[in-house]
Amino acid sequence: MSELVLEVRDLVTTFPANGQRVSVVDRVDLRVERGRVLALVGESGCGKSMTALSILRLVPRPGRIEGGSVRLEGRELLALSVPEMRRLRGHDVAMIFQEPMTSLNPVHTVGSQVVEAIRLHERVSVAEARRRTVELFDRARIPDPEARFAAYPHELSGGMKQRVMVAMSLATRPKLLIADEPTTALDVTIQAQILELLRELQQQFGMAVLLITHDLGIVNELADRVAVMYAGQLVEEGGLVEVLRGARHPYTQGLLRAMPALGRRGEPLAEIPGVVPSPEDWPKGCRFASRCPRVLPVCHDVDPEATRLSPSHTTRCHAVAREEAE
Amino acid sequence: MPSHVASNLVVLAILTALVAAGLGVRRSRFWREAARSLARRRPLALGVVALLATIALLDSISWVGGGAGAGASGDVVSLHKPRSVIDRMFPADFQERSYSAPLAVTEFYGGTPLRYPRRHLLGTDILGRDVLHLTLKGTRVAFLIGGLTSAIVIPLALAFGISAGYFGGRWDDFVFFLMSTLASMPSLLLLIALIMALGRGPLQVCAALGVTSWVGFCRVTRGETLKLRELDYVQAARALGVSEARIILRHVLPNLTHLVVITFVLLFSGLVLSEAILSWLGIGIDGSWGQMIDQARDELSRDPIIWWNLGAASVALFTLILAVNLVGDAVRDILDPRTLRERL
Amino acid sequence: MLAYLVRRTLYGLVTVLGVLAFLFGLFFLYAQPEDVARRAVGEKAPQEVVEQWLVNHGYDKPRFWNPEDPLDTMLVEHFRRMLTFDFGRSDADDVPIARRLREGVGPSLALTVPLFAMGLVIAMGLSLLVAFFRETYIDRTGVILCVLAMSVSILIYILGGQYLIGKLLRWFPISGFDPSADVVARFLALPWIVGLMNGVGADVRFYRTVFVEETNSDYVRTARAKGAGDARIMVRHVLRNALIPILTNVVVAIPFLFTGSILLESFFGIPGLGSITVDAINANDFATLRVMVYIGALLFILGQILTDVAYTLVDPRVRLE
Repeated sequence: MSELVLEVRDLVTTFPANGQRVSVVDRVDLRVERGRVLALVGESGCGKSMTALSILRLVPRPGRIEGGSVRLEGRELLALSVPEMRRLRGHDVAMIFQEPMTSLNPVHTVGSQVVEAIRLHERVSVAEARRRTVELFDRARIPDPEARFAAYPHELSGGMKQRVMVAMSLATRPKLLIADEPTTALDVTIQAQILELLRELQQQFGMAVLLITHDLGIVNELADRVAVMYAGQLVEEGGLVEVLRGARHPYTQGLLRAMPALGRRGEPLAEIPGVVPSPEDWPKGCRFASRCPRVLPVCHDVDPEATRLSPSHTTRCHAVAREEAE
Repeated sequence: MPSHVASNLVVLAILTALVAAGLGVRRSRFWREAARSLARRRPLALGVVALLATIALLDSISWVGGGAGAGASGDVVSLHKPRSVIDRMFPADFQERSYSAPLAVTEFYGGTPLRYPRRHLLGTDILGRDVLHLTLKGTRVAFLIGGLTSAIVIPLALAFGISAGYFGGRWDDFVFFLMSTLASMPSLLLLIALIMALGRGPLQVCAALGVTSWVGFCRVTRGETLKLRELDYVQAARALGVSEARIILRHVLPNLTHLVVITFVLLFSGLVLSEAILSWLGIGIDGSWGQMIDQARDELSRDPIIWWNLGAASVALFTLILAVNLVGDAVRDILDPRTLRERL
Repeated sequence: MLAYLVRRTLYGLVTVLGVLAFLFGLFFLYAQPEDVARRAVGEKAPQEVVEQWLVNHGYDKPRFWNPEDPLDTMLVEHFRRMLTFDFGRSDADDVPIARRLREGVGPSLALTVPLFAMGLVIAMGLSLLVAFFRETYIDRTGVILCVLAMSVSILIYILGGQYLIGKLLRWFPISGFDPSADVVARFLALPWIVGLMNGVGADVRFYRTVFVEETNSDYVRTARAKGAGDARIMVRHVLRNALIPILTNVVVAIPFLFTGSILLESFFGIPGLGSITVDAINANDFATLRVMVYIGALLFILGQILTDVAYTLVDPRVRLE
């Protein structure tokens, strides 16, 4: 049993809509172990990014974390004071964002932004921080790191900017790395390079990684465990093989069928009928009920509880629960 | 044609345009929702603007004779002058000899009994005119400034901006040069110079205001047209051989409508405030609130002070500008696609 | 960079020529110098007096074409005099306009420079404050106050300020000017207060929009995720980026400090360039008015070039080519 780095329980984050607060993150549980990669999967708008921002307590106003627990190596983050939380961000938990184009400050050199990340948490001289930055750039496979140090973000390509982001996030050897769609905005060939880099550095540094993506191909490449999210809730969670090969939740099954695979050429791709309901329209029962091929009468009224399928595999579905009970 | 007949015809034209615009708004889903959302967000400001606009319109409808007849003094001179609906709400000779305080019985200086004791709700000015009446009539001038100037600016700016942006080349260079030339002169100085050269009068003032506010709107129109011209469906229409005039009318102009609305509302308060400054410099429009303030500037140094004249004009000016500013902000938030994107 | 500046200046020069052509059209073609002369010497004056006045002021030449000397026309004369800063004499009282300008620029600067500096500091401070508390009631109250302040005409600020501060509270003199260093601030205090009140609403609202837009950007989220604190984020990240749009507003205004403030000067009796302009309006002094517009345009064009240069200093993405 390896040690648990991140443990999220019953996390609830709400936003105001039409005069009431809706839970865009609804009772989410996540566990990431040291040296492991948990992939959080779902369509855009399902609450993946909001879950990540909630872990760092960076939910933008007027959003609010309502309850639950976020523990990093046993320490409750939701109970930390603001300065304590600030010291933890970037030091123990680092985050990489989707848009390398806009995630770096355009008026500062990329080098100085990494130096800032180091010096916010460690009392080292500028020269020392600079030396470490160049070294990090080198490890992030940035060619000619000395020269790139003084470059401004607009002078670098998207892939190169994302390498800078990776270098910056690793600057203080965090225990947990949250990567929010780190390759979505990049070209396919660049995507592969960045993923390779992430995998390599993750193994070198032995970090726990929470990887947020909608791309099951990336999940297959990098993840050890998979959590599938739909409309703010986790619908299925399990080991990589358990979920990708033995998915039980109708939504996960739909997602997998919608993914093109090299081995299935010529077969039509399946699609999930309908669209994700927007937060204001979430039903009181199962949120997937309106699109579910296996919908039961109970689904419209009662929100399903998690069903344990194996020690490491759970899902939240009335139909599956009924099957298991029989 | 007597000027009051022309004014009545203009009112008719404005009402027709309003009805047409209303029907247009009802037909389009986008505009219907925008109107609804505006009414929901700024009901009070919208109501104030509508009320003042109604007063301005009522004050523009006038005819000769009828109505009040001889007043308390038996004065019949005013019967031969056209009087507006607003004028007819007051007696024809509703005038004293000089200052009187609100609802006073006697004149402010001297104590002579008034012709209409306790009837001047906001008192009278130095010439004995009823301040409430003057303030109500100022509304028409304010809307005249905003409306007439916009009527000059918007078509011109659209014509120059669209043609420059769409056709480019030498013509665009020329329009750009024209804009930078006009923009480089400080607007108040340019306004003053224009009015000095053109002469004084409502039309001249509005034309001068038109020249100074033309540039900003033209620049926006040109920029937007440049963007629209590159859009796929415009390119596709060109590839299909649709005529330029048709592309402009069908694809470019309709996509500028929201800009026209935003600019009109945002321009309005600036124009009214500029006119007040011109009045202060002695080159404004007769009967405006700015002129009332200008005439009242010495009254504050009298002892005891005369505040009702200045107060009425200031409050009226402030109310209109505030209401228009609030409506303008809401209109921009609702119609500007950039803010729309942010909210999604 | 140098090549850019040269080209930019050349285009500025073309614009100056455009302004001069516009002024010629306005004051020599649309409004006739004869009318000015009539007004100056009186409606009933004999024709000879009018002619004499025109000769004295250099308005007696043919407008476009002189068969004897093609260069001796009003058009050429107008351009030559303006471009060489030979402004001649006032139409109203024969005082050299250049002397007027030299006398007026001091009081104007004494009024506008401190007003500009104070306005900038106050507006930036207040807008940072409301932007920091964005989406709270402090922010909402601040924005409403700004719209209220913007909706009051400057005339009301002037009259209200004079009445309240000058007459009732008697803190500062109601109007007047004395250039000696120890009392000058006393005379300028009231116009400063009025000027600040008049400008602060619109400025705070504009800066706030800029700050809030920057605060919502992705790089601020990155900085937060790095563990940077609010103060650091505001100063190092937000302020630095917000400077770029704010700069346009600020640098372009600097040259106008020289032309003073027409309204404040005329009403508070400060003998600056603004007062000269108002006197020119009242005296139908077209010559002075022309010069004021011309100088205003020159300063504006200068301001724009300055803005472009300032851009390169704060925004690494801008390269002048």
